[in-house]
Amino acid sequence: MTPLSATNDFVIKFANINGSGSASANELFAKAILRMGVPVSPRNIFPSNIQGLPTWYEVRVTENGWLGRRGGVDIMVAMNPQTWDADIKEIEPGGYLFYDNSKPLPASKFRDDINVIGMPLTELCNATYKEPRQRQLFKNIIYIGALSVLFEMASEALAQLIAEQYKGKEKLLQPNLNALKLGRDYATENLQPIGLRVKRADNVGDRIFIDGNSAVALGCVYGGATVCAWYPITPSSSVAEAFQRYCAKFRVDPATQLNRYAIVQAEDELASIGMVIGAGWNGARAFTATSGPGVSLMTEFIGLAYFAEIPMTIINVQRGGPSTGMPTRTQQADVLACAYASHGDTKHVLLFPEDPYECFEHGAAALDLADRLQTPVFVMTDLDIGMNQRLAAPFVWDDSRRFDRGKVMTAEMLDEGRQFGRYLDVDGDGIPYRTYPGAHPDKGSYFTRGTTKNAFATYSEQGPDYVYNVQRLLRKFETAKSLVPQPVLQEASKTTRFGVIYYGSTSPAMSEAFASFEASGNHVDRLRIRAFPFPDSVSDFILNHEHVFVVEQNRDGQLRTLIVNELGIDPARVIALLHFDGTPITARFITREIEALMRALNAQTLRQDKVA
Amino acid sequence: MTYIAKPKLHHPALQPNAVGFTRRDYEGKISTLCAGCGHDSISAAVIQACWEMNIEPHRVAKLSGIGCSSKTPDYFLGNSHGFNTVHGRMPSVVTGANLANRELLYLGVSGDGDSASIGLGQFAHAMRRGVNMVYLLENNGVYGLTKGQFSATADKGSASKKGVANSDSPIDTVSLAMIMGATFIGRSFSGDKAQLVPLIKAAIGHRGAAFIDVVSPCVAFNNHAGSTKSYDYVREHNEAVNRIDFIQTRSEITAEYGPGATVDIEQHDGTWLRLRKVHPEYDPTDKVAAMNHIQQHQARGEVVTGLLYYDPDSSDMHENLHTVTQPFNRLDEAALCPGAAQLAKLNDSLR
Repeated sequence: MTPLSATNDFVIKFANINGSGSASANELFAKAILRMGVPVSPRNIFPSNIQGLPTWYEVRVTENGWLGRRGGVDIMVAMNPQTWDADIKEIEPGGYLFYDNSKPLPASKFRDDINVIGMPLTELCNATYKEPRQRQLFKNIIYIGALSVLFEMASEALAQLIAEQYKGKEKLLQPNLNALKLGRDYATENLQPIGLRVKRADNVGDRIFIDGNSAVALGCVYGGATVCAWYPITPSSSVAEAFQRYCAKFRVDPATQLNRYAIVQAEDELASIGMVIGAGWNGARAFTATSGPGVSLMTEFIGLAYFAEIPMTIINVQRGGPSTGMPTRTQQADVLACAYASHGDTKHVLLFPEDPYECFEHGAAALDLADRLQTPVFVMTDLDIGMNQRLAAPFVWDDSRRFDRGKVMTAEMLDEGRQFGRYLDVDGDGIPYRTYPGAHPDKGSYFTRGTTKNAFATYSEQGPDYVYNVQRLLRKFETAKSLVPQPVLQEASKTTRFGVIYYGSTSPAMSEAFASFEASGNHVDRLRIRAFPFPDSVSDFILNHEHVFVVEQNRDGQLRTLIVNELGIDPARVIALLHFDGTPITARFITREIEALMRALNAQTLRQDKVA
Repeated sequence: MTYIAKPKLHHPALQPNAVGFTRRDYEGKISTLCAGCGHDSISAAVIQACWEMNIEPHRVAKLSGIGCSSKTPDYFLGNSHGFNTVHGRMPSVVTGANLANRELLYLGVSGDGDSASIGLGQFAHAMRRGVNMVYLLENNGVYGLTKGQFSATADKGSASKKGVANSDSPIDTVSLAMIMGATFIGRSFSGDKAQLVPLIKAAIGHRGAAFIDVVSPCVAFNNHAGSTKSYDYVREHNEAVNRIDFIQTRSEITAEYGPGATVDIEQHDGTWLRLRKVHPEYDPTDKVAAMNHIQQHQARGEVVTGLLYYDPDSSDMHENLHTVTQPFNRLDEAALCPGAAQLAKLNDSLR
């Protein structure tokens, strides 16, 4: 057996028990590597539970900056006896197992083709600490210390991070530093160096490290949201919590100490979306954060908002469905449910951010788009982006940027004698003017209802009035095409008849796969879709390629269905490539699948040529 | 059902109120409800109350759910913005609207199907959040628009028009509102305008969740013998605990009553309520006693009306959330967007 050997390019997985305090220690480890200038991409794999169930933290150390999940594990830190067997099985041949050898384990519990590193963690803790909780918490820091020695990492970055974490809590600082030292000293004296190394580099640059849920919440702060109504649901709850945190920091009136925001934890998703609609109707920027089951509950209201033309933003952090399904696993499986949410003829604007940077951008953009288009706008993120910290470009904001409040008819405009018809298309873009309630004593008031109305918001059950309205809504959707974030095209270095379409959290894995296609000469052009409705450039891309793969993280190829349905594309031109087991898609998967499909399609072409 | 539009000309005798509007300025579209419907009387009471309170019509937002009652906001305050939302969900929409602009008067209109069945949860939670609103529940014990099914407020044993007895226990909305933390609770009868108008006026002056359950007979489906929501039944069993003489300012208090016969309450907007006691022992600020009284009298088949509960120390949702006094919908970039410099600092903290 040759032990694996790699510098700044390996996957370490921590198998822990949730509630044991491992998460912050593991995060500390990932951040220390970042501080050494080496990109990392960590992922939490966790149960729907608070204490006692298995949880994993997987860190891809990647000097090249590939932030998708790689697949495979080079070193396993096996701290959970419940998952021992499966964890051991996952290690790559030649890889490493780091474990607590305080209690002897039979040889049958190990593998011949891996390197085993034992450390008596429990024994060390029991000898050093009296309190059971301390024994548990410091055990994590001790193994981080030991690992840092194995990887030949200097202690500065870790010590610095611990100092930052416990700034102002000096009582906790020294014990943590002591635990770190204990681990390092033990490893230095007793353990042999291994083949995996972390070496200082300069590949992180000015990038920031943040989770998508925090980023989208910050986008909502910058975009001017004042009302957040929500109902707790994994994996979206931390959006509202982050919004609370940022608002407490940025939105408290310094003079009065009063809040320029309101956050309501509603009784259910029906109420949270109702509040968002009420606030949007009344001229405040409002959003909710939820996941698939929540969207299902909101669906009646979403239809009303579509027809009554109420601006609102829904952040959908997608997970595996249904309600009792895989709440802590990632998927892109709500695309169709959101695109066509509700009864009657409805369709909605969707944004697909790829990472925390775009979560911030799309959060702010959604609030503008909702006001401009007077309609619900979905920000379709997912658990992989939302709940994992990810390296991303630093956030930017242009101070000259103004909120786009869309077509709002003011009291002054009404006094000037401007004609006001709430559902009247005055300039062909399908978007009518609206007034805020209370704007004018005797002009501009209207009664809001679903579809039984004419262009002047008067009750009407007349067919032509209905048709005028819903066709105008289609024109509005057409207008949306040029306002939403446009697709991002990257062409292969050589002309190719193959194209690939992807979106959202598939992005980092696709970037890595693209590099490998380039390296192997299997050229593929790629188009990242960032919004629905699809701009014309999406059909152009498909029509310019003989075969287009649509890579998604769901079972049914939902975006592909949307493409076929909305763009009138021949289904044979778009080939679904699907990953939907709840784990984030990998570059290995994309490369393997696409290269297999290309081989098959090339062979088919060859056969056809021979026949011809 | 009235199908002839009233002439637009204002009768010279129509007096403008202090803000220059006549009663006609508070009217809305012609009602499409059945002739004799209790809901039309409630609409008229709303018009009267708003006119007497000198409320500018455009400073009112009227919202409703779905059902006959929820159609009525179209029939009053034609210069106010209105919103006919979805079934049972008016409370959440009012909650959001109120968050966006705390300066308007929010009038939520609902029915017993809307609030006691499909929207029971939203009704309860709006009360406990203290949404500053007037919540009018037009209660007729029956589903009118879908033609005569029992609602959840129909009394056990009362009969449908077809003679079928209701076997389920009724939901008593005033008791529920009390448990849920509403700070102003009244019950009235659409046929008793003298009681209803002052009650609505008092609710408008209240800060916090003001709930009024108005028994409002359905002439088409629930006005027969055997119904406990018919005109005849309510008239016979109406047990008012008090009468409100709603008074704008303290100096306007003129009527003389014997000692202990009245209670004066100052409202948050500076106006005064004078309660004339009908049941001398009834204290509307004592929640437990009020609940006892209501339960005892309702058990006898009485319809207990009046101002049933009042919390003189009420607060509202904005107060609880510590929000700024300016309406959110008028806050601009300077107030809301932290700007590029703060973002640069934040970026630094994420490295």
